[in-house]
This record gives sequence, C-alpha cells and structure tokens, in this order.
Amino acid sequence: MQTKVENNKAWFLVMPVFLIVAFSAIIPLMTVVNYSVQDIFDPYTRYFVGTEWFKQVMLDSRLHEALLRQFIYSFTILAIEVPLGICVALMMPTKGRGASVALILVAIPLLIPWNVVGTIWQIFGRADIGLFGAFMSYIGVDYNYASNPADAWLTVVLMDVWHWTPLIALLCYSGLRAIPEVYYQAARIDQASRWAVFRHIQLPKLANVLVIGMLLRFMDSFMIYTEPFVLTGGGPGSSTTFLSQSLVQQAIGQFDLGPAAAFSLVYFLIILLVCWVFYTTIMNMQKDK
Amino acid sequence: MTQSSTTPMTHEKTSQGRASQNTKVTKEQAPVYSRADRKARNANLRGRFGLALYVVLLLLPIYWLVNMSFKTNTEILSGLSFFPADFTLENYAKIFSDSTWYMGYVNSIFYVSMNMVISLLVALPAAYAFSRYKFIGDKHMFFWLLSNRMAPPAVFLLPFFQLYSSVGLFDTHIAVALAHCIFTVPLAVWILEGFMSGVPREIDETAYIDGYSFPKFFVRIFIPLIRSGIGVTAFFCFMFSWVELLLARTLTSVEAKPIAAIMTRTVSASGMDWGLLAAAGVLTIIPGMLVIYFVRNHVAKGFALGRV
Repeated sequence: MQTKVENNKAWFLVMPVFLIVAFSAIIPLMTVVNYSVQDIFDPYTRYFVGTEWFKQVMLDSRLHEALLRQFIYSFTILAIEVPLGICVALMMPTKGRGASVALILVAIPLLIPWNVVGTIWQIFGRADIGLFGAFMSYIGVDYNYASNPADAWLTVVLMDVWHWTPLIALLCYSGLRAIPEVYYQAARIDQASRWAVFRHIQLPKLANVLVIGMLLRFMDSFMIYTEPFVLTGGGPGSSTTFLSQSLVQQAIGQFDLGPAAAFSLVYFLIILLVCWVFYTTIMNMQKDK
Repeated sequence: MTQSSTTPMTHEKTSQGRASQNTKVTKEQAPVYSRADRKARNANLRGRFGLALYVVLLLLPIYWLVNMSFKTNTEILSGLSFFPADFTLENYAKIFSDSTWYMGYVNSIFYVSMNMVISLLVALPAAYAFSRYKFIGDKHMFFWLLSNRMAPPAVFLLPFFQLYSSVGLFDTHIAVALAHCIFTVPLAVWILEGFMSGVPREIDETAYIDGYSFPKFFVRIFIPLIRSGIGVTAFFCFMFSWVELLLARTLTSVEAKPIAAIMTRTVSASGMDWGLLAAAGVLTIIPGMLVIYFVRNHVAKGFALGRV
C-alpha cells in the first residue's frame, strides 16, 4: 500500500459526506434513543421510564424466536449460496462474447426491485397459476407456501438463493479472473488433478472475495424485509417473521414506540458488531497484500 | 550500418532458437497434454452444460412473469400454459394509459437519478481524501460510513417519517433521494476509494508541481482517470436506490409515490389482477437490464466495494 500524507485539511473534502449522511443517520438515531427511554401516550404526554423497555425487549419471547429464526435463515442461505456460487463461477466462460452474455444473464436477479422478487415467487410458487407450485403438486408433493410453515420456509430460502447466489458467483468470477494463466500451466505440467487445482490455486485466491461476499450476504440477510413480506407476510402464523418484520409490526402495526425503539437499538448494536468484524477483516486483508 | 545489419540476424537466431525449443517441449509433452486436454475439454463441456442449466433455472421465474404479463386474467386462472394462447397487450396498455400507473415509473426514475447525482457529488471528494490523506479520525469516519450501509432500514422507518415531515419534505422526490443517500453514499465512497487507490500518487504530485490547483487537477486530470470507477459507482447508486422499497414507500403518499408501492393496488376486493401485476413487474426489470450492459465488466468489482 502507498504511504499517505498526513493532512487534516482533508476533512474539508469529507465534510459534505458527513453532513448529508449525518442528516439521515444521526438525527433519526437520536430520535430512536429518545423514544427508547420514554413511555409515549401522545405527543404531549410522555414519561421517562429509563431502561424498562430494554428489559422488556430482552425478555420478550417473540423477539427471541425471531432472532433464532433469523440466525437459522442466515446460516442456511449462506450454506447453500456460497458453494453454489463458487460452482457457477467456475463454470462461467472466461473469454469472448460468451463471457459477457453469461455475466449479464447471471446478474439479472440482482437488478430486480425487491418487492418484485417477492411478487415473482408469489406467483411462481402458487399451485394454481405458478410453474413451481404446479410442478410440486405434479410430482405428488402437497405444497402450499401460504398454509404450511415448512413450504413457506422452503420458498423463502429458495427465493433468496435465486436472488443472491449471483452475487457470490460474480465476486468469485472476478476473483478467478485475477489468477495469472501461468499458475494453470504449472499445474498442467505437474499433472495436478482438477480438485488439486481448485484446492491449491483457485480457493486461496478466492478467499478475499469470499470473505466480502459472505459478510455482505450475512448482513443483508440479517435485515431482510421486503421479499418475505410480499411472499408470505411473515406467515403462516409467524413462521417466517424475521427480525426486521417483527420490528416493523411492533413500531407501525401496534404503535408501541418505546419497545420498538429499544428493539431497534439492540438490533442495531448486533449489526454494528458484525459490521466491525467485517471492517477489521477487510482492513487486515489489505495490510497483508 | 554494421549495427543495423547484425541486430536482425541475432533476432532471427534467438527467435529460431526459441521456436525450436518450443516445438521440442510440445513434442515431448504431447501424449500427456492430449489426455489432459481431452479431460479438460470434457470438464469444459460439463461446465457449459451446468452453466446452461443454472441460467435456465435462473430465468424460469422471470420467463413465467413475462409469459403471464401477455395473458388475460381469465386465461391465467383457467390453467397453466407455457405460451399465451390469447396474446394480449392489454395489461401494458392499461399501465401506459393511466397516469397514476406510469407516473410511478417517472417518480422512481426521478428520485433515483437525483440520488445518483447527489451521491456522486459528495462521494468523489471524500473518496479522494480517504485514498490520499491521513487525517484525525479517518478510520473512525470510514467505519461510521460503513455502519450506515449496514443499518437496517426498518430501524429508521418511523424517525425518518417524522424527520422529513417536520422539515416539510414528506412526499417529495428529494426526501426519498436523501433517505437513500444513507446507504448509497457509503457505498459510493467505498467503491470510488477502491478505484482511486489504483491510481498512482505520482500523478497527483506531478500535476501539483506543474502548477495545477486542486480543483483544476481534480476535474481535468483525476476524474477522467477514474471514469470507469465513476460509471460503476453511478450504476450501483442507481441499482440500490431502484430496488429499495421500504423507505421510498414510507416517505411518499401521492406526489412522489414509487412504482413499487403502486403495484400493491392490483389487490382489490374482486381478487388479484395477476396480469397487470406481472406487466408492472416486467417493466421494473427493464431499466436494470438496460444499464447493466454498460458496466458488465466492472459489476463484480463494485459488489466487492472496489476491492477485488
């Protein structure tokens, strides 16, 4: 890495970013902090309640369930998307017109608005008008994502795999392209097996992009809202209600501002912790280079 | 004279020597290579087949949506068919003839473009500062920016609504554009910083010695150097602002309502208007597909926040 010059005037260059993000980030955050320690009946009647909401939230069993579901969900999709993404990246052609066509086709799901992703799967999974639903009932599976929790889970996971595997695939693809051809020539001369090439040449080079991809996927899946909301509405029951959705239900649906704000802060702290791990990992990776 | 006559000779010699060496090597290795080659070719074919299968599965749900958008509702509900028997453009006609429908697209494109311009304008100087200078709190500032990219929108939903209502920006395009800045600006700074770090410092120093002032250098020399980076950043701002719904829906009611929110209108007392919903969905996919072509070679770098 190049050495940087020390110069505090650089703050003038950062100032616009700071102001614009602070307007949308710090003011709302302070509002949330404000709510989290008060009991609000209407805009003029409010009481200071200290840490009561936090205690209530920490002991709330609905929150625990949502958190558990959230972790199971995030790890499930990672376990499927990462290996699948690597496989797709290995299969993509590296040269010529085929390469850009494959790249564009694979990237399509990433460019679809999230609620439309939900809509697509809502239609696709229905047994009466959707291809997937019809296929499932054709092979004799009693499939209905709106009434059976297991089917709802299957559909939500499948939707996320469909939607986000391309991200892992694209990252790995660009990682693979950065490997010089001579490595492969050396491997051919040594008559290395396909597996050995993957294990000792390709995988180490993919480590960096995989870390970025996995952490991005973990965090984004941790705040997933729109797609399951459109697809299942969190149901049947609350079987696919993840953290974001249970938060929105509480804040907007029931208008429990205090508990919802306390919940928001706890949620935000979890995210911040993961984010810090992400940041330090990337920074250390850069130092090693 | 002598020099010019000898140099081609030596060149010829060396190239000949190399050529013969090369053929020798390939001859020796020939049997090994051909087996390995055949294996590689088989693996390649398997790869092509696997990829084709994956792409087909990937496109199947989208194909189904497109297929449905050309059908009438009676046909959709009467049974499955892979091609519309009664091909109709009625669903699209409905969208393009009703201003409450097509204004949704106009609104979305409007705030997305605004967001793109704002993000780029503020992120360019900041990314330059991060890539070139050390200053007090630089690392903390960078981390803080990143943490906003990771903040779940659900956390800020209600405070956003109150904030923008209290400053009189509720239901305007600028409100959505500013709210989306919370995740597009950090992203833009990160991607641009990655691209800028790839430009050698010497270029800056030479320009300053040549008497360029900072703004002049930045606009005339530096920005043209990172053109592709700016293109990719613009694409990503566009994309993330385009696919987001939660904030856009919360901050608007009539005037600036995005298409994503208008789509919920297809649910009515008489049941779902599936054909119309499908047509509206298809139309939201098109802008993304148009712009990705221009950045196809840099998409991955953008997703890796400029760090591949």
